[in-house]
Amino acid sequence: MSQEFIQGVVVFVLASFVGFEIIRRVPPTLHTPLMSGANAISGITIVGAIIAAATGSGIAAGVLGFLAVVFAMINVIGGFLVTDRMLEMFKKVPGKSR
Amino acid sequence: MIELSFTEVVIALGYLAAGVLFIVGLKGLTSPKTARRGNRIASIGMLVAIIIVIFDLVSHDQISSNTAWAIIGGGVLVGGAIGGYLALRVKMTDMPQLVAAFNGFGGGASALVAAEVIVSIEAAFSVEIGVTTALSLIIGSITLTGSFIAYAKLQGLIGGKPVAIPGGPATNAIIAAATVAASVFAIATGNTTGYWIATGLALVLGITAVLPIGGADMPVVISLLNSFSGLAAAMAGFTIGNQALIIGGALVGAAGLILTLDMSVAMNRSIPNILFSGFGGTVSDEEIGTKPVKRATAEDAAIALSYAERVIVVPGYGLAVAQAQYAVRDLANALEEKGVEVHYAIHPVAGRMPGHMNVLLAEADISYDLLLDLDQSNPRFGQTDVVLVIGANDVINPAAKNDENSPIYGMPILNVDEATTVIVVKRSLSPGFAGIDNPLFYEEGTMMYFADAKVALEETLSAVNQL
Repeated sequence: MSQEFIQGVVVFVLASFVGFEIIRRVPPTLHTPLMSGANAISGITIVGAIIAAATGSGIAAGVLGFLAVVFAMINVIGGFLVTDRMLEMFKKVPGKSR
Repeated sequence: MIELSFTEVVIALGYLAAGVLFIVGLKGLTSPKTARRGNRIASIGMLVAIIIVIFDLVSHDQISSNTAWAIIGGGVLVGGAIGGYLALRVKMTDMPQLVAAFNGFGGGASALVAAEVIVSIEAAFSVEIGVTTALSLIIGSITLTGSFIAYAKLQGLIGGKPVAIPGGPATNAIIAAATVAASVFAIATGNTTGYWIATGLALVLGITAVLPIGGADMPVVISLLNSFSGLAAAMAGFTIGNQALIIGGALVGAAGLILTLDMSVAMNRSIPNILFSGFGGTVSDEEIGTKPVKRATAEDAAIALSYAERVIVVPGYGLAVAQAQYAVRDLANALEEKGVEVHYAIHPVAGRMPGHMNVLLAEADISYDLLLDLDQSNPRFGQTDVVLVIGANDVINPAAKNDENSPIYGMPILNVDEATTVIVVKRSLSPGFAGIDNPLFYEEGTMMYFADAKVALEETLSAVNQL
């Protein structure tokens, strides 16, 4: 097993725990924005998609790379934008809270 | 130790910075005050990651051809335009299906990355990279087709009711086993055909696994697919040896997992039970129609609400269907002017995705600190004069507490029956998703107001104004 792979496992496990601990504190009222925001973050696969599109050779690789970039960008732009749109609406109206 | 060049250090730290920005951004989402900034911080992390990967490729002279640039640039523009269009155009009531679709694209992208690597490599993978590549392909493919079935159900393209597949859960188990077998074959022999067979089977599995799941279980399905989209990205990260993907993917995997567990606790059902079993009672419509209920008119509702001190509104999917969030707000404002205290009690699985109701009420400018979750609202019902239930059913069904034979027995519910009066706005007496009768409707303190949610709220508002 390569050193790189083991390092990846370490990062994966630690990031999972960090994610779990932070996200557990997200209140239910923000669960939808959390989901769409997390969804945008899963668009990080754009990095892999760009690498795939850049380094692949041949028509099949080119088509797969292009589609990967398109799909990932839908996720990134769509996810962050729609989350922002939702969060803009979450307001505390002064004087109404008791 | 191999000394890294300055370029390599910049690249490694750049990806780390992206990961840190994701974590800081998610931390912002723990409070409504900081949430919007948090989302923007996470998006900056994404921008950093994209800049770093371009820098990485350019500095290693890996984007040699103009074709590659065209593919990347074209893909970014096309994907960005589609994503932006969908995000800006969507109605808040349609949010569950949009999030489902985005999950699908994310999972699909990771599967495509893994597929491209398989097409491009000359030598066989090591076992561990073979495993992560297969997982990325399989999880990504299930997420892609599963999400689009979820989308089709939520959008009403196919019925929201469970669709039985031939052979039931056994069919899915066989497809899953075949998927694993094909992957093991590919990893063991280096024959890439195995990966493609596994991919094809996983695409089918996404469809056959989600089709039998009913509309009200969608919060669980969407959460799980959300988790999957993250896991697929993390696995792709192992395949291409990129830690940004591993960090980002792990964070999303954890987020989706927490939501999935929350939802299954809120339904008192295990995840396998939700995914693999049909669900529902057998009460027929005729049986339900025979028992007497107390009917309410707009005037009855207006009088009860106006002379109350404390009112709690319980919204459900019917509110979203009727687009009644603004009508609720208008009624609540009118009541508050009369000195009535109005809060909102939101069950975790109300609507079609976690937090669905909160987003709708926020859209109507209802202050988020008036929205109570299950634990905050249950102690209050005893001191509440009127509970106004709008298009919710199973989440307020006392059978979950009292009837051991009920399919929903044990599910935590909003104890609205503890309030003095309950007004239920509902289109008809038809049973909810669970297909079971609701004893609350026949209780002494319950009034049934049969109407579309929006119409009922508007009529009640004009009756309140005439008092």
